[in-house]
Amino acid sequence: MKKEWPVWEVFIRSRSGLDHRHAGSVHAADAKMALENARDVYTRRQEGVSIWVVPSASITASDPEEGGELFEPAKDKVYRHPTFYDLPDELTHM
Amino acid sequence: MNKSLYDYLILLGDSPLILGHRLSELCGHGPNLETDIALSNIALDLFGQVRNWFQYAAEIHGEGKTEDDIAFLRYEHEYRNVVLTEQPNKDFAWVIARQFYFDAFHYSLLTQLCESRDERIAAIAAKSIKEVTYHRRFSSEWVKRLGDGTEESHIRMQNAIAHFAMYKGELFEETNVEKEMFSAGIGADFKLIKAQFESFTNEVLNEAGLEIPQIDWTQRGGKQGVHSEHLGYILADLQYMQRAYPGMQW
Amino acid sequence: MEIDINRLDLEFQAKIDSGKTIEPKDWMPEKYRKTHIRQISQHAHSEIVGMLPEGNWITRAPSLRRKVTLLAKVQDEGGHGLYLYSACETLGISRDELFEQLHSGKAKYSSIFNYPAVTWADMGAVGWLVDGAAIMNQVMLTRTSFGPYARAMVRICKEESFHQRQGFEIMLSLCKGTAVQKHMAQESLNRWWWPSLMMFGPRDEESTHTEQAIKWKIKLKTNDELRQQFVDQTVPQIELLGLELPDPAIKWNEERGHYDFGAIDWDEFWRVVGGNGPCNRERLSARKEAWEKGAWVREAALSYAEKQESLREAV
Repeated sequence: MKKEWPVWEVFIRSRSGLDHRHAGSVHAADAKMALENARDVYTRRQEGVSIWVVPSASITASDPEEGGELFEPAKDKVYRHPTFYDLPDELTHM
Repeated sequence: MNKSLYDYLILLGDSPLILGHRLSELCGHGPNLETDIALSNIALDLFGQVRNWFQYAAEIHGEGKTEDDIAFLRYEHEYRNVVLTEQPNKDFAWVIARQFYFDAFHYSLLTQLCESRDERIAAIAAKSIKEVTYHRRFSSEWVKRLGDGTEESHIRMQNAIAHFAMYKGELFEETNVEKEMFSAGIGADFKLIKAQFESFTNEVLNEAGLEIPQIDWTQRGGKQGVHSEHLGYILADLQYMQRAYPGMQW
Repeated sequence: MEIDINRLDLEFQAKIDSGKTIEPKDWMPEKYRKTHIRQISQHAHSEIVGMLPEGNWITRAPSLRRKVTLLAKVQDEGGHGLYLYSACETLGISRDELFEQLHSGKAKYSSIFNYPAVTWADMGAVGWLVDGAAIMNQVMLTRTSFGPYARAMVRICKEESFHQRQGFEIMLSLCKGTAVQKHMAQESLNRWWWPSLMMFGPRDEESTHTEQAIKWKIKLKTNDELRQQFVDQTVPQIELLGLELPDPAIKWNEERGHYDFGAIDWDEFWRVVGGNGPCNRERLSARKEAWEKGAWVREAALSYAEKQESLREAV
């Protein structure tokens, strides 16, 4: 079984001030090539000021099966949202 | 018409034109998708530069001449590309060796042209140098990957370098037009180009574990309009539509 | 255990029905995974095989402007293939395996690319008709249930509209040009018309998978519905170009509110899909050759990367 170029996930910051967003993936033999391939594939229409590439194997992802314990508790804790608090209309700057 | 300036712009545009042609033959046939896209990007950059040079040349020429007239309707002896660019896409090592030598030259040339007294040339060079910086990086990295990759890639790359070493000399050949342009502060210093070229390429070849070939003579003639047998076939492709359907709008 | 799977299946479908997206690590029925691998990879194969008929005209483009736009378009198609292979790989299959399926003839790709591009006008017809047909499917797919596929399609759709416009503009130039150019355009339309209609696949009654595809939002409309939509939107474009209709049976039907059109040669359709079109063998062998000739290059890059890695670790 011949070895393949590993897969790299590509994250692009499209404009100054924005976060890097996941754009997709590329195959590359090394990190330098991954950056260049990412640039050639995902920023041809000037969609980028910064590129991050990460070997897909390095990414740790949450398990969707654990979605319950990881994410649902937040739904109950509505006091984290500003709308939970009932404040008088006359109050400004808050 | 300022004939010297016109001739100079032809010299600047013809090599990227023919090299771009060779690269565009590869579209859809690369060793993998990512590389295919990368090579097409380089071809697109080169054609973009060609259009800039030829549009300027067309204006200098006047009499309604267009970039397409210049690109498609000259005769073989009127093309002034270096013969290096005509070499075929024998294998990927040839593609990279051809690109590597051209990019090293092109980078040095354009860096100097950014300071040209001719504002238009300086502007075109300023835009092009960003692209060619990337081309040079791409091709030199591949020289290293192939030179220091597997035994097979090393042999192929060594053979390719040995072949193309015969062609690099013409890159530093200064024609009368280029001498004139340099004196006028418009063109580039070929001695400097050659020095930077040798220093850069030797460093990369060393790093790649490739032997620097000792060559006794140079394949040349392109800049005087005397080309290899390859150009005829290239032009047959390039010019076909304009020759078969003359004088039409596309 | 069986009851569990049925329950999972139902929950899974309910998730899709409620508009939620399925991501690679989510539980999914094996059929869903297999169907998507087949669907997405076929789409990807179509993009890269699609580079070939147009790619062969880049060196002969009649002007510098046409040359760069054609090269950019073909390059885009390579990029689209790449986005789709990437999406497909998230389902647990490698790029190498996908190419193996294509090269061995196991996997299909859009049959339209088995036709030859023989004149410059074909660059117009292909961009206008083939990309036009593709866009219709693609817009639908931006809302498909599998996340990576939907997101790849969003990217693709953004880039695709330039393709169709570029094709139409080529046709327009030809039709506004000399008699010989207009003839070239007409001849090209005549040749690409029926294969374009065949792009939408077999008739609904002969199309398997449709029901499942609709449930999983791979399809929102049936083959015949899309085909009709294509005819309806393209006929006015043909008239705008001043060309003759390639099918004498095309006629506006006031009652239906659609154009009637002639019978498709289904023998030709099945023959080409089955491997006996004009260019099937050429297309496959071109792709196979590129891949095989490139093996030493890919190996060299890996070997170099490994050596560099050891050097770094040794420091």
